[in-house]
Amino acid sequence: MPAVDTLLKPLIALGAFALGMLAVVGRLAIFAVQAIRRAATPPWYPARLLEQMALIGWFSLPVVGLTALFTGAALAQQIYVGGQRFSAESTVPAVTVIAIVRELGPVLAGLMVAGRVSSAMAAELATMRVTEQLDAMVTLRTDPWRYLIAPRIIASSMMLPFLVLVANVIGVLGGYALATGRLGFNAAAYLSTTRRYLETEDIVSSLVKAAVFGFVLALAGCYHGFRSSGGAAGVGRATTDAVVSAFVLILLFNLIITILVFN
Amino acid sequence: MADRIAVSGLTKAFGPKHVLEGVDLRVAPGESLVIIGGSGSGKSVLLKIILGLIKPDAGSILLDGQELVGLKGRAQEAARARFGMLFQGGALFDSLPVWRNITFALTKGKLGEGKAMHALAVRVLAQVGLEARVADLKPAELSGGMQKRVALARAIAAKPEILFFDEPTTGLDPIRADTINALIREQVTALGATAITITHDMASARKIADRVAMLQDGKIIWEGPVSALDSSGNPYVDQFVHGRAEGPVATAITG
Repeated sequence: MPAVDTLLKPLIALGAFALGMLAVVGRLAIFAVQAIRRAATPPWYPARLLEQMALIGWFSLPVVGLTALFTGAALAQQIYVGGQRFSAESTVPAVTVIAIVRELGPVLAGLMVAGRVSSAMAAELATMRVTEQLDAMVTLRTDPWRYLIAPRIIASSMMLPFLVLVANVIGVLGGYALATGRLGFNAAAYLSTTRRYLETEDIVSSLVKAAVFGFVLALAGCYHGFRSSGGAAGVGRATTDAVVSAFVLILLFNLIITILVFN
Repeated sequence: MADRIAVSGLTKAFGPKHVLEGVDLRVAPGESLVIIGGSGSGKSVLLKIILGLIKPDAGSILLDGQELVGLKGRAQEAARARFGMLFQGGALFDSLPVWRNITFALTKGKLGEGKAMHALAVRVLAQVGLEARVADLKPAELSGGMQKRVALARAIAAKPEILFFDEPTTGLDPIRADTINALIREQVTALGATAITITHDMASARKIADRVAMLQDGKIIWEGPVSALDSSGNPYVDQFVHGRAEGPVATAITG
C-alpha cells in the first residue's frame, strides 16, 4: 500500500514531532520544579548569587541599552511616517511609550539577554558535565543544583526587571531624541504626553514579563547545559538548543501574559 | 572482618548496551582493591554507581551493612561524605583557584575561613609533592600531571574513609606515575583508608593493590591477591597482564 504510506508519512512525522515537543515541555517543567525546590531551601550560596547578578545584570547593560535606544528611535520614525497618512503624527509619544513598555522593552531585553546568558550558561554547565566536574561536585558534598543552578535562576529572575526598566527608559528616550531632534516635536510637550499615556498597569506588566523571561532564559540555559552529553559536539548542541528554547519560551510567555493582562 | 563495601548482582544497561551484568565485589576495611579491565568494560560506571551518581538497574551495594541503592536526601549525603574520588580527567573546577578546589569538600563550596583553608590546601599540596605557590594558580595554568596531583589532593583533603581512583596514572610519565602510586599506597597504609582503583597500568596495579579483580563482559571474572596476578590460571587475566593482542579478550571484542 504505497499510496497509504505516502499519505501517512507526513502525519507520522507530525505526530512524532508533537510527541517530542510534549516530552521536552514535560522534562523542562520537571526541571523547573526541581530547580525552584532547591532554590527555596538552604544551603544558599550568596557569593555565587552576587557573581551571577553581576554577570547577568551589569554586563548586559550595554547591549540592552543600545538595543532599546535604536529600537525606540526607529519606532518613533515609523509611527511618524505611518501616522502622516491619516494626520496622526501627534501620536508618536503615546504609541512609542506604550509599545516600548508593554512589548518591545521586555521582549527585546529578554531576547538580547538570552543570547548572551542562556548560551553562556549552557556552554559552561555542559562543559562541566563533559569534564565530570558536576559528578566531582557531588562527591565533594555539594549539590550542583544549589551551587550552580539556583543562583543562576534567582539572579536572572531578579536582574531582568532591572534591565527591562533600563530598556524602557532608554527606549522612550531614543524615541524622544529622534522626535525632538529630527521630527520637530516640542521637548516638554513630548515628555508630558509620554507621562500622560503611561499607566501603572503597563509598568507592572512589563516587570512581571521581565521576571518571567529572566526565569525561563536561565531555565533553558541550565536545562540544556545540565543534561548535555556527547563531548564537544554535545556542548555545541546544548548551547544552540538553549538559545532556541529561550527565544521560543520568551515569545510564548510574552503572548500569554499580554493576553492575560490586556484582555 | 565485615566488608566495608559489598556489591552484589549489580546490573546496568544504557539502552541496548549491557555494561554491567551482575557484578559481585567485596572490599574489606583498609584494603586496596584494584580493578583491571579493557577500555569500555564498565569500570568507571561501577564506581559511579557505588557513589550514587548513576542509578543501577538491579543489585545491592552495602556500605558497612547499610544499603546504598535507593538511598535519598540526607542519608545519601551522609553516606557520600565518607567517599572521595579522583576523576580520570581531574575534573577540577576551572573557575576556582587551586586552593579553593582542594578545600571544596570541607567548605561545601562556601567562602570564608579563607586563611585556614589556604593553609590547609598548602599542607595537602605538599603531601602530593607540589609547592605552595601552586595554591594560588587556576587549574588551567597547570600541566596535566600537576592537575592530576591537585585532583588527588582534593580527593584526600577531607580525609574520606573510602577513596576511589579512576585511572590515576593515565597520561603521566613513569616517574610521576610512580609518585602517584606511592601516594595512593600511603593513603591506605598510613591513614587506613579503603581504596578502589581502576587502572590498566599494570605497574601501577602491582604497586597499589592488595587484591586485584578483573572486570570483563560486565562481570568480575577473576579476583585474587596481587601476588597471584602472574599465576592466575585465567586466560583473560594472563592476556591482560602481559598485554598480548591475541587471546580470549581479543576474540571477545572481534566476535
